[in-house]
Amino acid sequence: MSRLTDANVAIAYEIIGRYPRPKSALIPILHLAQEQDGYVAQDSMKHIAELVGVTPAEVFGTASFYEMFKFEPVGKYLLNICGTLSCALMGSEELMHHAEKRLGIKAGSTTPDGLITLEHAECQAACTEAPCLQVNYRYRFKMTPAELDTLIDDLAGGKLADEIPSHGVLAMVRQHIPAERGVGAVAPEEVNESPEWLNGKSAL
Amino acid sequence: MSTTESTSDQVETEVVIDPNAVSLTINGKTVAARKGELIIAAADRTSDFIPRFCYHPRMKPVGMCRQCLVEVEGPRGPMMVVSCMTPVAEGQVVHTETEQVKKAQEGILELLLANHPLDCPVCDKGGECPLQDQAFSHGPGESRYVEEKRHYEKPIAISDLVFLDRERCILCDRCTRFASEVAGDPLISFTHRGNNTQILTFPDEPFASYFSGNTVQICPVGALTAKPYRFKARPWDLEETQSTCTACSVGCATVIQSSRDQVLRFQGHDNDEVNWGWLCDRGRFNFESINSEDRFTTPLVKEGTSLVPTSWSSALETAARTIRLAVSSKGANSVAILGGARLANEDARAWAMLASKLGITLHDAQLDDGLPTEVFNLPQATINDATSATTVILLSPDLKEELPVLYLRLRDAATKNRTRIIEFTTRASGLTRYAWKSLNYEPGTQVAAVNSALNDTEIAGQLSKGNVVVVLGRANLAESSDFTAQAYNAIAAAFPAATVLPVLRRGNIRGAATAGLTAGNNARSILTAASEGHIECLILLGADPLSDVPDLDLARRALAGAHNIIAVDTFPTASTLRADVVLPAAAYAERGGTTTNLEGRVLPLSQKITARGTSRPDWMIATELAEQLGADIGVESIDDLTAIDAPSQTLQVLSVAGSSAPERNSYDLRLVVSRKMYDNAVSTVTSPSLAHLSIGAGIYLNPRDIERIGALVGKDVKVSTSSKSVILTLHADESVLKGTAWVPFNQPGTDIRELMNANDLIVDVRVENLS
Amino acid sequence: MTSTYAHAPGFVAGDRPKIVTSRFEFADSYTIERYLATNGYAGLRAALSQPAASVHDEVKNATVLGRGGAGFPAGTKWGLTPQEVWPRYLVVNGDESEPGTYKDRLLMERDPHQLIEGCLIACYAAGLSRCFLYIRGEMALAQERVATALNEAYAAGFIGKNILGTKFSVDIVLHWGAGAYVVGEETALIESLEGNRGMPRLKPPFFPAANGLYGQPTIVNNVETLANLPWLLCNGSEAFTAIGTKTSPGTRMVAVSGHVKRPGVFEIINGVTTFRDLLYGEEFCGGIRNDNKLKAFVPGGGSAPWFTPDQLDLPFEASQVGPAGSMLGSGAIMVMDETTDIPAAALTLTRFYAHESCGKCTPCREGGTWLERILTRVVEGTGTDADLDQLIEVGSSICPGDFPHASNADLGLAAVPFPYKMTTICFVGPSAYAPIHSALTLFRSEFEARVTTRKRIPVTAGHAL
Ligand SMILES: Cc1cc2nc3c(=O)[nH]c(=O)nc-3n(C[C@H](O)[C@H](O)[C@H](O)COP(=O)(O)O)c2cc1C
Ligand code: SF4
Ligand code: FES
Repeated sequence: MSRLTDANVAIAYEIIGRYPRPKSALIPILHLAQEQDGYVAQDSMKHIAELVGVTPAEVFGTASFYEMFKFEPVGKYLLNICGTLSCALMGSEELMHHAEKRLGIKAGSTTPDGLITLEHAECQAACTEAPCLQVNYRYRFKMTPAELDTLIDDLAGGKLADEIPSHGVLAMVRQHIPAERGVGAVAPEEVNESPEWLNGKSAL
Repeated sequence: MSTTESTSDQVETEVVIDPNAVSLTINGKTVAARKGELIIAAADRTSDFIPRFCYHPRMKPVGMCRQCLVEVEGPRGPMMVVSCMTPVAEGQVVHTETEQVKKAQEGILELLLANHPLDCPVCDKGGECPLQDQAFSHGPGESRYVEEKRHYEKPIAISDLVFLDRERCILCDRCTRFASEVAGDPLISFTHRGNNTQILTFPDEPFASYFSGNTVQICPVGALTAKPYRFKARPWDLEETQSTCTACSVGCATVIQSSRDQVLRFQGHDNDEVNWGWLCDRGRFNFESINSEDRFTTPLVKEGTSLVPTSWSSALETAARTIRLAVSSKGANSVAILGGARLANEDARAWAMLASKLGITLHDAQLDDGLPTEVFNLPQATINDATSATTVILLSPDLKEELPVLYLRLRDAATKNRTRIIEFTTRASGLTRYAWKSLNYEPGTQVAAVNSALNDTEIAGQLSKGNVVVVLGRANLAESSDFTAQAYNAIAAAFPAATVLPVLRRGNIRGAATAGLTAGNNARSILTAASEGHIECLILLGADPLSDVPDLDLARRALAGAHNIIAVDTFPTASTLRADVVLPAAAYAERGGTTTNLEGRVLPLSQKITARGTSRPDWMIATELAEQLGADIGVESIDDLTAIDAPSQTLQVLSVAGSSAPERNSYDLRLVVSRKMYDNAVSTVTSPSLAHLSIGAGIYLNPRDIERIGALVGKDVKVSTSSKSVILTLHADESVLKGTAWVPFNQPGTDIRELMNANDLIVDVRVENLS
Repeated sequence: MTSTYAHAPGFVAGDRPKIVTSRFEFADSYTIERYLATNGYAGLRAALSQPAASVHDEVKNATVLGRGGAGFPAGTKWGLTPQEVWPRYLVVNGDESEPGTYKDRLLMERDPHQLIEGCLIACYAAGLSRCFLYIRGEMALAQERVATALNEAYAAGFIGKNILGTKFSVDIVLHWGAGAYVVGEETALIESLEGNRGMPRLKPPFFPAANGLYGQPTIVNNVETLANLPWLLCNGSEAFTAIGTKTSPGTRMVAVSGHVKRPGVFEIINGVTTFRDLLYGEEFCGGIRNDNKLKAFVPGGGSAPWFTPDQLDLPFEASQVGPAGSMLGSGAIMVMDETTDIPAAALTLTRFYAHESCGKCTPCREGGTWLERILTRVVEGTGTDADLDQLIEVGSSICPGDFPHASNADLGLAAVPFPYKMTTICFVGPSAYAPIHSALTLFRSEFEARVTTRKRIPVTAGHAL
């Protein structure tokens, strides 16, 4: 239940600055909020609404459209097992059954210790490596039930902490446009000239 | 050209081909249309109805319900397209009733009904429901959906006035589009996705829009219902008639719906010049006041200290006696009439005729809270002129609060980039977000602000680009209206071609002015005369000086000083309680006639129900009083009052006193007092659904001033002038100009008018912590 | 000889011309050092030493077909922007989510600079002054690799103000999605990029090239489409069209998944390679697993109507696959062998599209879920005969008229060519029906057996074989 920290507000402003219209920064900043709290808290949606100049209803309207945003706390690790055709053909259903048994929970819920939330996912763009899964959006390919057991043990034992950040942290590298290099975002109505390089000559 | 006799040869050469005319065929019939028009709109002019849910002619089409699919012949055979998003084209061949189209329409209706609860018998919309009607006319006849339907918590209140039943919702995007596109209050949104899509507000952030009721009207099912109407009636029991809203002077077209002689609902009606079908919530829901128990139902006369019921004949006799005595003893100048803006044109005329017959020259339909009615004599603009002008200058109150649907129209013009708004204001108004320039001024410095804007090359350039319309009204009740007049004159001097849209807000102020009820002396001199004991008889025509006159002390002294008071009114008010005679007037919807909106447009008022008790229309009261007084005004029926008012002379500029505001002491704050949509207005207070929506009394300062003062937000502070003080709760408001203080007018709680003096050019106050 | 690179999971190199995967053999292919050492940014230099219009001509001459699904030539699309309307934008579609599709992620993870260079060339040629690179939310590694590459390229002066000292200036802004398949549709992508719910816009009246992001002319191109440009500019359109066929020049990336011996992502020769080559060829998948019989395959992503062995000899050529009753789509083949439980397989796809409906169109929002429910009932063995007809009925509310399908000799079926009529805005609605229609048309007896036997057979019954 928190607003964005000052450090994150600074990042948010940097992100907003890249778009000709502030609202475009909505999804990246929602990710930032989720990175901060592990989920998107109500207060942060209100804060984001202020930052990008829309109403909280609009923020929630957009946020709730996208599956990755969670509005309640989830486990430290989100385990997404793909169930679309290619993975299903290669045994993802059995993998899911195994995961449910091993974790003692049904898909869509979180282990009592708050470590793992198990979810049924749709195609993860790794179809040739079926069955596949993601832990906090880090892939594991051609998973067997035994490998799944090891993975769960490793997560519980903290062995993968370096490789897999806790839920909410997506990319660990951010884009940064150096001020002296960036062209800068301009509202479309303020542009009415053709780009300089379209002068019929070669640029180099 | 049609006037010249011509041979057929000549005719051919004279045919003007309209470049925007398009001709297409719909189901084999030729239809004339305009370029850019949508197929569905063109089809609406034929007898072939295309079913639809998401399409609304006043909003951008989204093409999402898919119900309006038709076939258009193309190079590769017939194409299925949605007619609500496909523009007409020359020679286009459209089919709306082929097998293919019917199949698609039936299929989609079946799908829409799949998750619909079909609780029509207990649904407000049942009987007037587009889903029900179109399921009947274009549906499959039966549903094969045997699965469990979607379930949501039954109706949830999304605001004070509107309930949402998500199970009934067919997700047409009308309410949400209205909220963001038309009202500019995007507080409801689609949430979630796919089959779980629903409409919701953000938790704890209700759909608090002044226009929320429109969503109920345009919802094509019973998903949105209005609290004041829920379970009140079945549509087939409703009778209706078209009329005009008089809650303010915009003049929105309404439909009055009643059942068993009781008004149950107002709906918006689409008038292209005025309201485009929209109403504000005050105008829509204040029908409740007609049904209020508080109303006067019978004439009253004072006996001792209380008002007691009496018969019309005795009340009229008492009133006539009072007037006759006053005129005969102290002359016609000892009788004054205040009010008249609540009346229909015909009523106002009858009263004006009576006044002139008796030689009464003291009358004013405003209560010292507007501008001189000379503004109606300036070169006039219509609402459509304003919304199509290149530039609109706002020298006006916050239109969103006072003339809400005019705000919608101007907002539309600005957001669609037709019009640029230059606003002069003391704090953020509803239109500030949409204004091209919003220029702040401290009360009293309007002329300087205008002059510096006119000297700005960018602004001057914009103003020279095309038509300029000045929206002119009273922005601040705590300053002399002379400053606004001066500011206007400065604009008129620089841009003589500029026209004026006068925004005096009282319902029929323009009709009363045209009828002659404002000609003569103004309210302030009448009140002053009364307070000095010079008024023998004060007639209040639907006027409540004790609530509305900015100088409260003057109003009090005037009502105490008037020797006799005759009140013609519908409701008891602070002022009518002081009356010696009360003549109950019929309410809105209980009398017919016409009203004149702020543009001067004469619009119909319809009677739908019989008047409560023995109350009568104002014109009849005037006529009967005239009869009692032996002053025949020649009126037998309302038809005798439909005469056209004489055109008035045109002015180029307003007369001004040339006042200039004193310097403000830097410890003081200059006071701005203006209205909110919901206040203690009698029609609001007597409408239970609206009564509790007022924000309440309070004082709003810029946070930097609050810091300087060292006061605490949310706490009471002492607000004082050199002579008086009041206690008000302090609020912070970034948009209040530093050095000024804003106080909403006529709110429940402490009355700021204690500090206001009619003769002060401005009011400077000091704000301090309570010791 | 076929080789698989461990650092590029799924990718099978093979001994074929490589346009977009040439660097995949290097473990460090994603670094700027490797990129520069392997002719990196030479295509950009080549472009900048010509007038923009001639770069545009070069791309037009090469007929670079869009790789996102619709196969529209990139050069032609760029030419559809209205004259003299500024600014105009490039939006890169890296939202890869179509079931079976797996190529854009590899291109972003393994060779981000190639994509960046492609973006720059497109911006230069079409006068696009700002580029938004939209990457699917769930692809953390791709986001990191592209972010790193962008930071490197900014530092090296390849992006931003006055690129390589010229007047050409463009920013590339990295943007991630947050989990919604439909956002891959170009107008939904634009909505999403504007911070809205990713609901497609109806087109016509407006196509993005005329009225897209913020109402400005906008080019939306797929990652793979753009990744072709550096090579094209270095080698010229003649070299490009020398590979593949006249109507489908160059190469394309194809992912083959499911019941084949060696599933993988291949860069194949456009218009020439056939499905049989891919499924059975030794340099490709090497046949069906366990040498089982092929039952059916999805030729172009989950939305595509299915093929059976009858269609194996069709090449990767849109003008042949369309009349045969399906589409090439996004280059994704999903193979089902004889052990596959067809109704259950169809259900996984219908469930996908029902789940991914944006909710805008009634037929998709309501119909997709309805289809899923009926089919679930059938698969679970509680369905009735009437349910099978009802599937077709609901489907025809989404797609009225004949739905495309392949010919089948055994069933005596003649092909119904692609595309279909639809009552929805985008293809998600019809896609929920496509697998059902294919499965029911080609394998109706399996459904009938299901409604009478009422027995549950797991999808992967064959997996254990
Ligand atoms: C439902 C739907 C999903 C789509 N998903 C993607 C996608 O994930 N990636 C993609 O590049 N194109 C996708 N497309 C195609 C895009 O709309 C668009 O045609 C493409 O990005 C254009 O790029 P291209 O011309 O370079 O192929 C999708 C289309 C539809 C209708
Ligand atoms: S077909 Fe489905 S996903 Fe596509 S726009 Fe319509 S509702 Fe959305
Ligand atoms: S009315 Fe046209 S799609 Fe809804």
